[in-house]
Amino acid sequence: MRSPVNSGRSTRAMGFPESSGDPVGDLASLLRRCARGDEAAFGAFYDATSARAWGMALRVVRNRAQAEEVLQEAYLQVWRQAGRFDPARGGAGAWLLTIVHRSAVDRVRSAEASSRREQTYLDQSHLAPEPDSTGSAVEAAIEARRVRNALGGLTEIQRQAVELAYWGGYTHTEVAGILEVPVGTAKTRIRDGLIRLRDTLGVEA
Amino acid sequence: MSIDIHALSGAYALDAITEFERAEFERHLNGCAHCQDEVRGFRATAICLTDASSDQPPADLRAKVLADARGVRPLPPLESAARRRRRLPALAAAAAMIVATGAGLTATVWRPWQPDTVQLSLADQVRTAADARTWSTQLPDGGTMSVTRSQSVGAAFWTSAGVGRAPEGHVYELWLQKPDESLVPAGLMSSGDGELVLRGDTKRAIGAGLTVEPAGGSSAPTTKPVAFFDLRVSS
Repeated sequence: MRSPVNSGRSTRAMGFPESSGDPVGDLASLLRRCARGDEAAFGAFYDATSARAWGMALRVVRNRAQAEEVLQEAYLQVWRQAGRFDPARGGAGAWLLTIVHRSAVDRVRSAEASSRREQTYLDQSHLAPEPDSTGSAVEAAIEARRVRNALGGLTEIQRQAVELAYWGGYTHTEVAGILEVPVGTAKTRIRDGLIRLRDTLGVEA
Repeated sequence: MSIDIHALSGAYALDAITEFERAEFERHLNGCAHCQDEVRGFRATAICLTDASSDQPPADLRAKVLADARGVRPLPPLESAARRRRRLPALAAAAAMIVATGAGLTATVWRPWQPDTVQLSLADQVRTAADARTWSTQLPDGGTMSVTRSQSVGAAFWTSAGVGRAPEGHVYELWLQKPDESLVPAGLMSSGDGELVLRGDTKRAIGAGLTVEPAGGSSAPTTKPVAFFDLRVSS
């Protein structure tokens, strides 16, 4: 049940060429060049990652103007911190998306956004945006199905807890309130859900 | 560490925690290799969830992002891991009492588990408070340590830069000195580059220090401090 179905898959193989040997595609080496002030490398890093970052930011903040600000903030951090990126702690793509997500969540938690997202969460939460039309649409569709299948392997509470936390930007305490489970239960469900997803997707950290 | 704090790893990886929980969990995370691995794996897993969400950003965003970058200088890299490793034995041996002279250290350091976002973390609130005071010291083998406290925020954080990881099987443990001069644990760090919000009553503390302790930390210091600051002396 928890054995990796497709082991060996990782973010590495999912649209983020972390160390392909290709000087343009290798995100970590682009970051090294950014650290030396190489704006062309920064542009290439943006080109390789922005569709993914944009999709995530937009899904969390649900507003194009705010998603733009999230990306501007996040990429500025990438530029400033590029020399301090440590590949031993994970891939460059994962690093970027972690920064983007944090920035997006900070934004939706600001008071002015909070009333809106509560009303719209249920309407939108399960609608994934159209696959990237410029990328390889077929591959994206396959990936999307794989992720949907993995999510389908979670219990209902686990899936909702993970999605509310990740896409909704809610704290685990807020998730407990929304799902009407005791405070303290939601964080366990989130963790259990992530463990199962990780093992099903065969993610290597 | 309690079971409870480990259970926050999933919520932490998804940013589903409050700022205070984040500070608390990061104190734990700094000394817990298991949670570090788990958080790394969870973050990579969460990123898989974005596979279906790719979409082209507005065309003019690229120019804005590049223009933003042009106005900012990239931060210099921290010391290489290799150099840090070489320095380690010397540092451990040099666990001598150092009294802070106190200079205004405001270096930005890389916080390994916390992306440096614009939103104010507890440490940032301290850093930017009007009454923030920093005590810092240069270690004999290089590297700096400092503590920054704001009485209005009611918090303090420790900063280590260029110091090197704690020796194998050991952690850096932080201490607060209470008004009765006793020392109480205030957090664990394994990295020698980073910052940590101190746990405990920082408002009334009269001192703060760091020692090398066996993994998991100690309830009282077992070695001489690598650095110790007398917080009664104005910085």
